[in-house]
Amino acid sequence: MSDTHAQTVAFVRDTMLPEQPPPASEAGVIKWMRENLFKGWFNSILTLLSIYFIYKIVSGAYPWFANGIWNTSSLAECREMLDGMTGACFSVLTERWNQLLFGFKYPTEAYWRPTLAFVLLLVAIAPVLYPKAPRKLLVFTAIYPFLAFWLIWGGTLLTPLLVMVGLIAGYFAFKQFERQSFSMGMLAGLVATVVVIWAGGIFPASMPDLLALQAIPSRDLGGFMLNMILGTVCVSLSLPLGILLALGRQSSMPIIKWICVVFIEFIRGVPLITLLFVANVVLAYFFPPGSNIDLVLRVIIMITMFSSAYIAEVIRGGLAALPRGQYEAGDSLGLDYAQSMRFIILPQALKISIPGIVNVAVGLFKDTTLVSVISMFDLVGMIRGPILASTEWNGVYWELWGFAVFVFFIVCFSISKYSQWLERQLATDHR
Amino acid sequence: MKKIAILGAMTVAGLSAGVASAATLDDVKARGKLNCGVTTGLVGFAAPNANGEWEGFDVGVCRAVAAAVLGDPTAVEFVPTTGKTRFTALASGEIDLLARNTTWTFSRDVDLGFEFVGINYYDGQGFMVPKDLGVSSAKELDGATVCIQTGTTTELNLADFFRANNISYEPVPIETNAEAQPLYLEGACDVYTTDASGLAATRAAFENPGDHVVLPEIISKEPLGPLVRHGDNQWGDIARWTLNALIAAEELGVTSANVAEMAASAGNNPEINRLLGTEGTLGEMLGLDAEWAKRAIMSGGNYGELFEKNIGENTPIGLARGLNAQWTEGGLLYSPPFR
Repeated sequence: MSDTHAQTVAFVRDTMLPEQPPPASEAGVIKWMRENLFKGWFNSILTLLSIYFIYKIVSGAYPWFANGIWNTSSLAECREMLDGMTGACFSVLTERWNQLLFGFKYPTEAYWRPTLAFVLLLVAIAPVLYPKAPRKLLVFTAIYPFLAFWLIWGGTLLTPLLVMVGLIAGYFAFKQFERQSFSMGMLAGLVATVVVIWAGGIFPASMPDLLALQAIPSRDLGGFMLNMILGTVCVSLSLPLGILLALGRQSSMPIIKWICVVFIEFIRGVPLITLLFVANVVLAYFFPPGSNIDLVLRVIIMITMFSSAYIAEVIRGGLAALPRGQYEAGDSLGLDYAQSMRFIILPQALKISIPGIVNVAVGLFKDTTLVSVISMFDLVGMIRGPILASTEWNGVYWELWGFAVFVFFIVCFSISKYSQWLERQLATDHR
Repeated sequence: MKKIAILGAMTVAGLSAGVASAATLDDVKARGKLNCGVTTGLVGFAAPNANGEWEGFDVGVCRAVAAAVLGDPTAVEFVPTTGKTRFTALASGEIDLLARNTTWTFSRDVDLGFEFVGINYYDGQGFMVPKDLGVSSAKELDGATVCIQTGTTTELNLADFFRANNISYEPVPIETNAEAQPLYLEGACDVYTTDASGLAATRAAFENPGDHVVLPEIISKEPLGPLVRHGDNQWGDIARWTLNALIAAEELGVTSANVAEMAASAGNNPEINRLLGTEGTLGEMLGLDAEWAKRAIMSGGNYGELFEKNIGENTPIGLARGLNAQWTEGGLLYSPPFR
């Protein structure tokens, strides 16, 4: 049968032709451009317009960067050197970088301390953020808050050490009484912590110089460091608080439920800036003169309250998304409330809530710049106040604000990239 | 236990909060530091330098009072305040003295319960416009957009001025002087109004100061001075007479350079002798020692020296003495006699 067509077709190819490269318009860059940039007249016009605008922006901004001056000591000198040319005066960054990062009152010789605390922060959060990081690092994570406090605020190491010992004692007491009931354990833990800290209070008081770093009052903190401190502390404090509030809101005990509802709804109904003004201005009226609670502490409390209300609502969403069967499964296994929450409900609910929590965290981090309106010198406060008001740098705007944008973008973009990665890892959409 | 005690004290004190504690002088001495409220930054008047040390004209007043009371011009805790937080900070006792280019007005003095201890700068509100606007008088500003700092007397003066002249304007509210500069330069407002000293400083920082003019009208009186809480007259006296000592020192020719020599022994001008404590007991009457005024003058110089160093004609701000010259030279500075 192989010669069926022998009479009808004059020629039959019996070998394969070698592969040809695709035509130039269907390969490589040209194909990509055709498909993505010039598909149809409408897209072509849009592309040309975009190229035109990009060209305008780049050609306008390039000399500003390229002519940038890095080594003068005042704006007037900068302008003299530029001599009418367009150019940035980045000297303000080289001269005042330390104030932008650490505030203007943090002692220069102590800059290594917050820097070290920041590097250690990366180590400490690694095991929390990456499941693959060695588990043993979690011990360091537990120690980190005390270490960071000591590094940044200074004073004797005994103070944070004492608080840590107190918490450890509390943990053991909790473990002891947990068998009876969860709430008994919590109570015992709390009592043990308070007793140990109260009784041990004599040690730091009697030996203020043992293992002491130079103590730095918190009104001397400033710059981007303050944003980082407020952001990190408030996010990590508001997460547990938010979980408690979310559970409280779903509780069947009316008093607890109503306390939580009122708290959440009140805080969510008030702008953060109002709370900050309360922290700064109104609270001062309630304390006797001279015995003010530290301003940074007041602000941390207010921001934590604010963000915990939002996180509580996010987590409530996660809790509501769990099928009823999960709760019933916990009950049918004979677990009590605390156990079923810890082992069954919360791990699932938190997983669902991750994008929302990260969203709140990014928003919160940016909101920390609001403290500049209550005359605290965070990054924005430093720029708005002291630096722009100095005789040398009065009038430099783009360089300073550009720096602030740059720094905040790096942090917020990394957080959001991390959360996308985490979502992929956990595949929360049940595909 | 300590916590509980503090909580208890808070409840008690909470009831009496806002009422000034009587002996500010004792508090300051016990603390070893003067808590002085300043601005978060105003060119020439108060701003931290590259080393983080506060400098400026208002800062000089804080340092002089600290030197008089504590003997150390660096024993000052500077508390930066904004236009909105300054009065609560003083009323709540967070600061002992507010030296933050604050205008002395009737209601602030009487109603808010503060005591202005004098005037360290006579200012007035002016207008700055770009030259190409072609305006030569503030009365031609009908319909203009005006950049104005909120929470200040300038806001109220502006409303008064435009109403009195029966012309309209569009306010653009801003928070700080630093914020106003780019807004004005970008043309977000036609006019920038603030105290004439602030206008001069702002204009001096422009790339082309010649393109902008300060209009001749000064529409308000802005006597700027330090203030303390009502109710502690001794403390008020210390602040008042420290400021007067700086002003009198200029009038009498006492400078930071010659004060040590003049205070070493009584000279032949009795008023200088009384001021510097080589004669009489003025310091004792204030509750301080005899050399209080000498230390205040040494801390940063007399009034004229402070002026020249921070805002005078040789600085980038370049303010002329004008109303702030001694009364003997046609200005308004007039210290009551030290007797």
